[in-house]
Amino acid sequence: MDEPILSVTDLKKTYGAIRGCKNISFDIWPGEVLAVVGESGSGKSTVLNCTSARLEPDAGTVRYATRCDGLKNIFDMSEPERRFLMRTDWGFVHQNPRDGLLMDMSAGANIGERLMAIGERNYSKIRDDAGEWLGRVEFDLERIDDLPTRFSGGMQQRVQIARNLVTKPRLVFMDEPTGGLDVSVQARLLDMLRTLVSDLGLAAIIVTHDLVVARLLAHRMIVMRRGEIVESGLTDQILDDPQHPYSQLLVSSILQN
Amino acid sequence: MNILSPEAHSKSSADGYNFAFLDEGTKRMIRRSILKAVAIPGYQVPFGGREMPLPYGWGTGGIQVTAGIIGPDDTLKVIDQGSDDTTNAVNIRKFFKKTTGVETTEKTVEATLIQTRHRIPETELSEQQILVYQVPIPEPLRWLEPSEAETRKMHALYEYGSMYVRLYEDITKYGHISTSYDYPVIVNERYLMRPSPIPKFDNPKMDNMPALQLFGAGREKRIYAVPPYTKVKSLDFQDYPFEIQKWEQSCSLCGSTDSFLDEVIVDDQGNRMFVCSDSDYCADRVREGTSQVKNNHQDTDVRGQE
Amino acid sequence: MTTSFIQIEGLSKSFTLHNQGGITLPVLNLVDLKISSGECVVVTGPSGVGKSSLLKCIYGNYLATEGSVHVGPPETALDITRAAPREIVNLRRYTLGYVTQFLRIVPRVPAIEIVMEPLRILGVDLDEARERSAKMLARLNIPERLWSLAPSTFSGGEQQRINLARGFIVEYPALLLDEPTASLDAENRQVVVGLIEEAKQNGSAILGIFHDKEVRDAVADRELLLKELGVAA
Repeated sequence: MDEPILSVTDLKKTYGAIRGCKNISFDIWPGEVLAVVGESGSGKSTVLNCTSARLEPDAGTVRYATRCDGLKNIFDMSEPERRFLMRTDWGFVHQNPRDGLLMDMSAGANIGERLMAIGERNYSKIRDDAGEWLGRVEFDLERIDDLPTRFSGGMQQRVQIARNLVTKPRLVFMDEPTGGLDVSVQARLLDMLRTLVSDLGLAAIIVTHDLVVARLLAHRMIVMRRGEIVESGLTDQILDDPQHPYSQLLVSSILQN
Repeated sequence: MNILSPEAHSKSSADGYNFAFLDEGTKRMIRRSILKAVAIPGYQVPFGGREMPLPYGWGTGGIQVTAGIIGPDDTLKVIDQGSDDTTNAVNIRKFFKKTTGVETTEKTVEATLIQTRHRIPETELSEQQILVYQVPIPEPLRWLEPSEAETRKMHALYEYGSMYVRLYEDITKYGHISTSYDYPVIVNERYLMRPSPIPKFDNPKMDNMPALQLFGAGREKRIYAVPPYTKVKSLDFQDYPFEIQKWEQSCSLCGSTDSFLDEVIVDDQGNRMFVCSDSDYCADRVREGTSQVKNNHQDTDVRGQE
Repeated sequence: MTTSFIQIEGLSKSFTLHNQGGITLPVLNLVDLKISSGECVVVTGPSGVGKSSLLKCIYGNYLATEGSVHVGPPETALDITRAAPREIVNLRRYTLGYVTQFLRIVPRVPAIEIVMEPLRILGVDLDEARERSAKMLARLNIPERLWSLAPSTFSGGEQQRINLARGFIVEYPALLLDEPTASLDAENRQVVVGLIEEAKQNGSAILGIFHDKEVRDAVADRELLLKELGVAA
């Protein structure tokens, strides 16, 4: 735990006159889960996209702890290097599983793709690995050859998660991983995610507007408003003892049952 | 192929047209593209495709490549589905005869330049020969990725995982890779290439072939090449290796058991026979067979006289 | 066995409610406390005086307004009030346990898995974790047929016992207990007393809030009385 796995410094991104985010700085350590919480327009998606190399910031650095060269600014890397990173060391779970899946390929093929992309050429081994990961996300193996178009949202999301984890990434980015799913499905999926992240020692950045998701999944949290971080700290501390006026407003708005 | 002298030029081309239909500037442009293609085996080189006197889909790419390299001393053979006498083959042969005056032939061994659609000749080619393929869609990743910008990146970064995914799906659905023609290959251990809609039966012939192989796609305006003696490997999995088609039958005309056979319905009752797709190869074998039979008869006569 | 393990100095806590006119509610004021390994200190005082808040400040669940909270042996103690989030997470995994009054239920997670979780986080393998959790649940008189069910339909007492099982499954060197016997009958109260005794014998430093006098008398070595506005006695 002596070096962070991702180090973000003074990140800034604007869309013309509209401020996406600014003054964003934080570090993530291996095995740490950070929730980025805020309402729509807070800039949390911009932060996620910049830190995952999907969007180039206007200012600031995003440094990742590469396996061989230590902390390196991802935007200083060559495109092949970055693309390779995004396919192996990193995972990205989209809110809508359709954005993260090949909808016209079977569940098994979806999981096997990353393996094939890094050179795996044995069909049986690919299929076995795919089966193993589908098992870990509690997906019915009978349906390994079915197309995702025939799955429920929750099943599609499980396949998307398995697809990302098959190359044993060290850092996973998630954009509202259970948003858009039925409430009855969310809880089980969230707990599966929580256990997996913990078992695999993954570091993760999770963007969510749902404080319940943050509490369940994340050790740490940053609260964003109008493109800036207003509060940062332990998830349970911010939720139980929010300091900033906006955090207090946000927390008090959750309906207690 | 010698540089064309003005006399040879005016003698052998059709009235009002340059030798081989295209102007010299266009031919130079095509040759530059070909040189680039040969330097990067399997890589698709864009070229400035011209309007040809036939529509896209009828071999304009192959014709432009041939027109770019043909010279008055060449002997041209044109085949379509292995046959010299289908409409397309006949028309293209006539076109070049008219615009160049070169010798044409149906015999593979006599040709210096062979333009083909959908087959590689059964007869082995030599270092003195060039094979020009007609290609409809040059991009092997097109069905997986509609964006041209993205497929170019995938080639540049050697990202061919999605092609293997397609093969994986085949094995899952059918128990084997179902692609039977235009089967994707890796050229020179680097570029993924579409060999044009030749049956996968022909793929092994491309590997280490002594002849130069050129590919022209007219609609898509791409040229690519496999230089002589280049490694061409068909995609497969370690536990599902590449296999070519086999027939139980042999050719009804020449008896061949290892050439690509076409199935022909012979009458209204649905009777069928299998014949070699490569008409020249088949005819050669029939000729050899007849002369063999003649020799046998002569031997008998001799013996008979004793 | 008088090594200090929990050291609280000048701890003050107040809440500022920005969205309600910015009023400030003071809760704790300059609390000092030292707890040694193997010692159990009980916090007493009238309802609402800030006993739970004190525990929460120690756990890092509340942010102290002033003062320091050190947890651990003197040479390597961590000051919770100044520690980085990951340091506190680490402390909570290995060193500092906390049994609250309420079981936070994740829907559809079976009771036994709730108890297993702290062990799994420490890297204990699945079978061993399951075995140890089963023993703990049995000790707390949770019938086996309930182990694979999610506790959302359990009674208050049953939920509390799941909570206790989870809190005691790991032998934490420091333990915070907030009304651990609140909804329990006499028999189960005794089980809890037993668990606390064992923890003390293992050298745990314990700070607890016990409504029940009997339990208090059985386990407490010292008392910290909080008066109004959290002034330590």
